[in-house]
Amino acid sequence: MNPPGARNAEAAKPEQPVLLACVDAGKRFGGVQALDAVSFAIRRGEIYGLIGPNGAGKTTLFNLLTGIYAPDSGQFTFDGTSLAGLKPHQVTLRGIARTFQNIRLFANLSALENVMIGRHARTHAGVIGAVLRNPATRAEEAAIARRAMELLEFVGIAARADDAAGSLPYGDQRRLEIARALATDPLLLALDEPAAGMNATESRALATLVRNVRDRGVTVLLIEHDMRLVMSLCDRVLVLDHGERIIEGSPAEVQRDPRVIEAYLGAELPASGVAKTGGAAT
Amino acid sequence: MNALRNHPQAKWIGVALVALALLALPFALASAGTAWVRIMNLAILYILLSLGLNIVVGFAGLLDLGYIAFYAVGAYAYALLASPHFGLHLPFWVILPIGALVAALFGVLLGAPTLKLRGDYLAIVTLGFGEIVRIFLNNLSTPINITNGPRGISRIDAFSIGDFSFARTDAFLGLTFSGPVKYYYLLLLVMVAVIFINLRLHDSRIGRAWEAIREDEVAARAMGIDTTRVKLLAFAMGASFGGIGGGMFAAIQSFISPESFVLVESVMVLSMVVLGGMGNVGGVIIGALLLSFVPEILRFTVEPLQQRLFGRMLVEPEVIRMLIFGLALVLVMILRPGGLWPSAVRRRELSAGREAR
Ligand SMILES: Nc1ncnc2c1ncn2[C@@H]1O[C@H](COP(=O)(O)OP(=O)(O)O)[C@@H](O)[C@H]1O
Ligand SMILES: [Mg+2]
Repeated sequence: MNPPGARNAEAAKPEQPVLLACVDAGKRFGGVQALDAVSFAIRRGEIYGLIGPNGAGKTTLFNLLTGIYAPDSGQFTFDGTSLAGLKPHQVTLRGIARTFQNIRLFANLSALENVMIGRHARTHAGVIGAVLRNPATRAEEAAIARRAMELLEFVGIAARADDAAGSLPYGDQRRLEIARALATDPLLLALDEPAAGMNATESRALATLVRNVRDRGVTVLLIEHDMRLVMSLCDRVLVLDHGERIIEGSPAEVQRDPRVIEAYLGAELPASGVAKTGGAAT
Repeated sequence: MNALRNHPQAKWIGVALVALALLALPFALASAGTAWVRIMNLAILYILLSLGLNIVVGFAGLLDLGYIAFYAVGAYAYALLASPHFGLHLPFWVILPIGALVAALFGVLLGAPTLKLRGDYLAIVTLGFGEIVRIFLNNLSTPINITNGPRGISRIDAFSIGDFSFARTDAFLGLTFSGPVKYYYLLLLVMVAVIFINLRLHDSRIGRAWEAIREDEVAARAMGIDTTRVKLLAFAMGASFGGIGGGMFAAIQSFISPESFVLVESVMVLSMVVLGGMGNVGGVIIGALLLSFVPEILRFTVEPLQQRLFGRMLVEPEVIRMLIFGLALVLVMILRPGGLWPSAVRRRELSAGREAR
């Protein structure tokens, strides 16, 4: 049931080993330095937040990490080995799964099929197996369907299994993307603004889901704009602005930092809101 | 209707009835003239082609306008290895797999450089590929005569197993089995196999990977799908069906030339897929049957009808045929944009499009 390599996540104690190390990552698009020598490290079992104003370079960092773009400079080391030169599907096989800021589901396929496709990375049947449908293939197919259904239940949308992904309500689509990503048995789940467009109730439920994911032993990298969510959920937070690292620290530390307040938080975060939602989301 | 479908016995009785009808069909057709058996055989060849193209276009969503090239490759593979042209006469069960493999290789040859292309751009390159293959066939007669150029290759061997030849008329159990009738049964067998493979592929891990690529390539990669490999697989699988069809075509016609493999043929097969319902095996078969038979029926009715109405021929049958053909295609695409029998996915796509508006 648990993904391979699932650990009993006692959550992020500082002594946990590093899962992902990023050193000096840089990326330029024409005249825009989208990322400039950014370094950080994520430990196993933590929920690591990535915040910063629009255009700060957060999504670009995801795209470098998952092999969609090649970095101009820098190096990602994941689970002890370098990710340099890997194609996106190879990165997924290594154990990094992601969701997309602008949802990218297979809109015309059913919710269940979406998650079943997520199992591609961890299954093997080829053309011959498909045509002969031998016992091994049949067993694999059954396991794929079973696992996909479990994941739909895990994210709470099992009732919509047969509905077209594109016809689901927005919040459910976000959940479905998470289920599909989890189907690849990731060690690290990277979520790009999963609560964007959600109301307060939905995003509290999402926070619970993310915690449950972590409790299954999956490390989480979270880009989020909803500051209450970040502050209540993340063990540590990295703040980017204009492609540069501003500060990394606990939510409380980050929140106090004058540079962060200037760049980002001051405008959006009423101090009282943090404690309030922090409690409710637990 | 549903109760009927859920009843396992009813299902098997239905299958048995269809099978009986298909077995009896050539005799019914033969009573109207052997020409109709030949037309049926060509229709089955078009079904094979449509199902092959359906893998590329319907399943994987890669628009291929040069598909007939693989048919040509299979046909020439058979013709060169079983005709007086090189003096080779290999048995068909050896050549057909070779033809399928060579066609698959050509599929990869086409697929590899076009991996990054989609939609219109892919269509243009594949169209060019189809023409290149045809032009090669036309010109590979000098300095070494490989294809015999535009004159084509004639006296191609019929299929035979030992003394049993598919070209001869035999009597068996009081029934007369003409050459076309024998080929019909062989084609039927191959068609059933190809339908089976199509259905199985569609409902498999590979089929889902194709669907994922068609829906969103970036997301497909993020699911760990090696899009390069899976696309090439679609090209190779689709091409191999075309190659087998081509080999059978060469044997049945006993003569082939580059003229049989022109662009219009690619367009025809694509029309069958689109008209019937991209991605849906049943729809594709209906599309292939309709576009094979309707023009033939028109050919036989247009002239007598004009004679009776006007006392003479006003418009050539061929002109009317193409006119009606085009009109029918346009009408179907307006009234049923997903094809006559759209796949579930296409239906969702279209209804989602309507809601968005
Ligand atoms: N593919 C691209 N081509 C050109 N510019 C890009 C591309 N992707 C991102 N950018 C630019 O890089 C900067 C960072 O973008 P992004 O990483 O999307 O920010 P964030 O996700 O933090 O809002 C922006 O200025 C954006 O316009
Ligand atoms: Mg972004």
